[in-house]
Amino acid sequence: MNWDDLLLMRHELQLLAVILIVTCAEIYLSGRDKSRIIPLSLALFGIHMAAGWLWPVEGELFGGMYRTNGLIHLMKSILDVGVFIVILQAGGWARKQLAPENRVSEFFLLIWSSLLGMYYMVSAGDLLMVFLGLELSTLPVAALAAYEVLKMRSAEAGIKFILTAGLASAVTLMGISLLYGSTGTFVLADLGKQMQGNSLEALGFIFFFAGVAFKISLVPFHFWTPDVYEGAPVSVAAYLSVISKGAAVFILMILLMGFAPLLTDLWVNVLYLLAILTMTIGNLFALRQRNLKRLLAYSAVAQAGFIMLGFMSSQQDGKASIIYFMLVYLFSNLAAFGVVQTIEMHTGKEDIGDYEGLYRTNPRLSLVMLLALFSLAGIPPLAGFFGKFFLFMTVASAGYYLLLTIAVINTVISLYYYLLIVRAMFLRKSDNPLPLVTSDGWMRAGLVICVAGIVALGVASGVYDAIYALCAHL
Amino acid sequence: MEGYAYTIWIILLPFLVFLVTGVLSLRIRPQLAGWIGTAGILVTLVLSLLTAWNYFSAALPADGGWPTVIPVNYTWLRFSDTLVVHMGVLLDPISIMMLLVVSIVSSMVHIYSLGYMKDEPGFARYFAFLSLFSFSMYGLVLATNLFQIYFFWELVGVSSYLLIGFYYDRPSAVAAAKKAFIVTRFADFGFLVGILLLSWYSGTFDFLALNNPDGAAIAGAASATFMGASVLTWALVLIFMGGAGKSAMFPLHIWLPDAMEGPTPVSALIHAATMVVAGVYLVARLFPVYHMSGGAALEVVAWTGAITALFAALIAITQEDIKRVLAYSTMSQIGYMMLSLGVSGYGGEEGLGYTASMFHLFTHAMFKALLFLGAGAVIHAVHSNVMGDMGGLRKYLPITHAAFLVACLAIAGIPPLSGFFSKDEILAAALHHNPAIYGIALLVAGLTALYMFRLYFRVFWGEEKAYAHKPHEAPLVMWGPLMVLAALSVVGGFIPFGHYVSSDRQVMAMHPEMSIAVTASVVSIAGILLAMWLYRRPSALPAQIAGSLGSLYQSAKNKFYIDEIYMGVTKKILFAGIATPVAWFDRHIVDGTMNAIANLTARISSVIKGLQSGHVQQYAVGFVVGVLGLVVIFIYWLKF
Repeated sequence: MNWDDLLLMRHELQLLAVILIVTCAEIYLSGRDKSRIIPLSLALFGIHMAAGWLWPVEGELFGGMYRTNGLIHLMKSILDVGVFIVILQAGGWARKQLAPENRVSEFFLLIWSSLLGMYYMVSAGDLLMVFLGLELSTLPVAALAAYEVLKMRSAEAGIKFILTAGLASAVTLMGISLLYGSTGTFVLADLGKQMQGNSLEALGFIFFFAGVAFKISLVPFHFWTPDVYEGAPVSVAAYLSVISKGAAVFILMILLMGFAPLLTDLWVNVLYLLAILTMTIGNLFALRQRNLKRLLAYSAVAQAGFIMLGFMSSQQDGKASIIYFMLVYLFSNLAAFGVVQTIEMHTGKEDIGDYEGLYRTNPRLSLVMLLALFSLAGIPPLAGFFGKFFLFMTVASAGYYLLLTIAVINTVISLYYYLLIVRAMFLRKSDNPLPLVTSDGWMRAGLVICVAGIVALGVASGVYDAIYALCAHL
Repeated sequence: MEGYAYTIWIILLPFLVFLVTGVLSLRIRPQLAGWIGTAGILVTLVLSLLTAWNYFSAALPADGGWPTVIPVNYTWLRFSDTLVVHMGVLLDPISIMMLLVVSIVSSMVHIYSLGYMKDEPGFARYFAFLSLFSFSMYGLVLATNLFQIYFFWELVGVSSYLLIGFYYDRPSAVAAAKKAFIVTRFADFGFLVGILLLSWYSGTFDFLALNNPDGAAIAGAASATFMGASVLTWALVLIFMGGAGKSAMFPLHIWLPDAMEGPTPVSALIHAATMVVAGVYLVARLFPVYHMSGGAALEVVAWTGAITALFAALIAITQEDIKRVLAYSTMSQIGYMMLSLGVSGYGGEEGLGYTASMFHLFTHAMFKALLFLGAGAVIHAVHSNVMGDMGGLRKYLPITHAAFLVACLAIAGIPPLSGFFSKDEILAAALHHNPAIYGIALLVAGLTALYMFRLYFRVFWGEEKAYAHKPHEAPLVMWGPLMVLAALSVVGGFIPFGHYVSSDRQVMAMHPEMSIAVTASVVSIAGILLAMWLYRRPSALPAQIAGSLGSLYQSAKNKFYIDEIYMGVTKKILFAGIATPVAWFDRHIVDGTMNAIANLTARISSVIKGLQSGHVQQYAVGFVVGVLGLVVIFIYWLKF
């Protein structure tokens, strides 16, 4: 193993270095200085993120257990951007809530450990690596969900997450063993060749798929989503809704489109059904919500259904539309969560009713929220419109017009509850609106990045073209 | 083609200036915003001159035609592999000519505004909007395809709306801005449908493909027919509808006179020299397509232009507001350009009308901007728009007077000023094609001289009014641009325009025809002499003539009641006859259905809410049932 091989694992090694540095800082800094870990962590991760974008490389390690290429590199870099925004937005919260209790560094370390798991998952060359990555990315999140230990709801969220996640892992592992039983191999590249397309493999696939669908929050594996989002700290909910889901979508894409040629008929039909269920049920539940975190949770469920539309074509356009949508969704959703987090941290309010007349007192936050919601709803010329547009184009070119119709109807339904929030903020007058909230500098930087992403991605089509070109080979 | 990549900055720079001055408009000193805006536009002027120099000084290619250069072409939207929307820069003789017009006039207007708008409360906002407009206009003239031109077309509409409504505390300005926006939007609807038709049949938005003389791209549209005409003709007429709206052609002209509510330099820039000629530019841009479609679409263009030219000239004679006279004069002159395009053929001498139209666009931009800026100086001096409040100003405003006289002589077509040459070419083109249109054009030439010199004599000669304070000459930043534009109005006619701009890009020699030149000059001089006789000294004669003309005079003065007709149509027919029933249908049928769907959705949603109980055991059961459900459906039932 030489230097070039190490370069292949650059993302993982860099992140590991960041984790170790922050761990040492935690050990050597005395109690009072520990709030300095926040800027240190942000700076280190920022460097890691920037360095990660450079020099995409292609190759395999450890006899094919680890593999990377331009597309996988892009996926990791997108996850980096998401995590960077999440921890940036969490900076002020960590200083205010965590620093006095001396629990700052663990927050970052847990998030990064989970991210490390995702790296290995998308880079996995065999099913065991996929499973290890999946577990490494899931377990820290349970701790994160319960991070505000003194709050009942947070503890409850942690317990619910770990129990459901355990079940999902067990089912996934069952699926993997069935696949192994039929093909006699874990190696992805061989898996496709050894498959015969029998029912045992189909059963294995469905079991395996259930575990991943749990992370993406597809109906009917989504029940944990609203409870955990509501109970967990907002940053963790944001992390779950974007990063965790994104990584699961990426691995699903790699496995299905790259290594399961014989099962294509099966999974296209499974996803067809689940896409319809997920969009519709997510939206119907979102309509009823008054708590914004729950509303965003169901909105995240519904958006997951939209993402499944991209799977209807295994061609370049399908892959590109999924990745592009994830990128767009990352900025839009993190912007919305950022605003909710700011308001919640300063006032403790998180219901739609509390947002009435928000524009009068907090015009800038309201505008950010407006852009985020419009982008989520898919209103042109914001990025969200193009994200949905490409997904719909994929479905149309694959010829699934019924699915397309249902998706369009669901877009209209989603518009309703997104606009409910907009109406509360801009049109409703309130006798005692929330006071002016001044967000901290980190949060502001995070929101600015999100808004820039929402606006710029709508204009810069070069991004889509670049992704499209990268998707030529998986 | 390399070497022109910098041209993208001609578009981007004003946009950056707009962002900077727009964002900082309340933070920085207003004067600074003005200087930033002016500096930005002067840089684009230098770049435009450089581009023109590079382009026209380069050797002609072997086939002798000016090339089309696309230095920048950025993929903006990819609908399919064949239908792609680009944003880019297209350089050819007419886009470079427009580039010069926009950059020169915009620069002069920026400098002039530093003086004219001084001490206005919204000074910084004004310059931000001017930059936005310049950005949009550059993007429009350099467009490489129909979609880009439409995009920037709407943006100039928006910036025009913002600038007309600049004095937003005046209800009349707000109403005028709204009117301009609505009327042009209505026209743009036709434009959009036209674009969609054309691109549907040809599979491309790009001018280069559409204008290809082999006609391959448009063959599909040309062969399909709809209601007795080819789809191509319909598309082109609809596109022309958009152009007619922007260029204030009859009957979509009603917004232009009202648009004079905006600040006067804005009228000079947008509503005289640049935006309003966008319609002419659009037809010229697609001229090969218009030509290949057969004569019908061009016939529409020609007659719309001719009617507007005559109609607006008649109204101009009766108006009292100095800016409104100029507005109708603009309409009339743009009608001239349109009719010239309409009568033009393609290639060689046949294409004289095309060259003449572009030539007139160029010279008109200079002298009409000069007229507006001069009028601004007059308004600045006497604080009124109405000619009744003016008279004998030549003593007080010597520089403005001289510049104004030059512009009046130029627009009247007196040799050797620029307007003479371009108008002469238009008349020549019209005579060879259609004597009736030639007759109208000649009549309009006489009327033009009459109304311009009516304005001139009433403002600068005639009886001196009792002014509240002594009118004073404008400061240097205002009369400087007047001098520049006056110089261009004098020498502009000597540009050998046919060498640079012609319908088929070949170099074309233009020779003035003596008979037409003499006829036109005589008619113009007759108009001037008539104006001099009537208005040089105060007399009762004009009123007597007006009285004896009776209803004709009255209807011209009331702009032939077009506004009233529109109001009648919208109120009586649209609102009462169509909108009310539609509203009923909408409220009871459409809304009713929607409400039913919404109720149904809400009901389903409340039925299924029990699924989310909060008990983690049930979630686990749900999970397992989900997995087993998939297994049952896909493996046992569907047998995958």
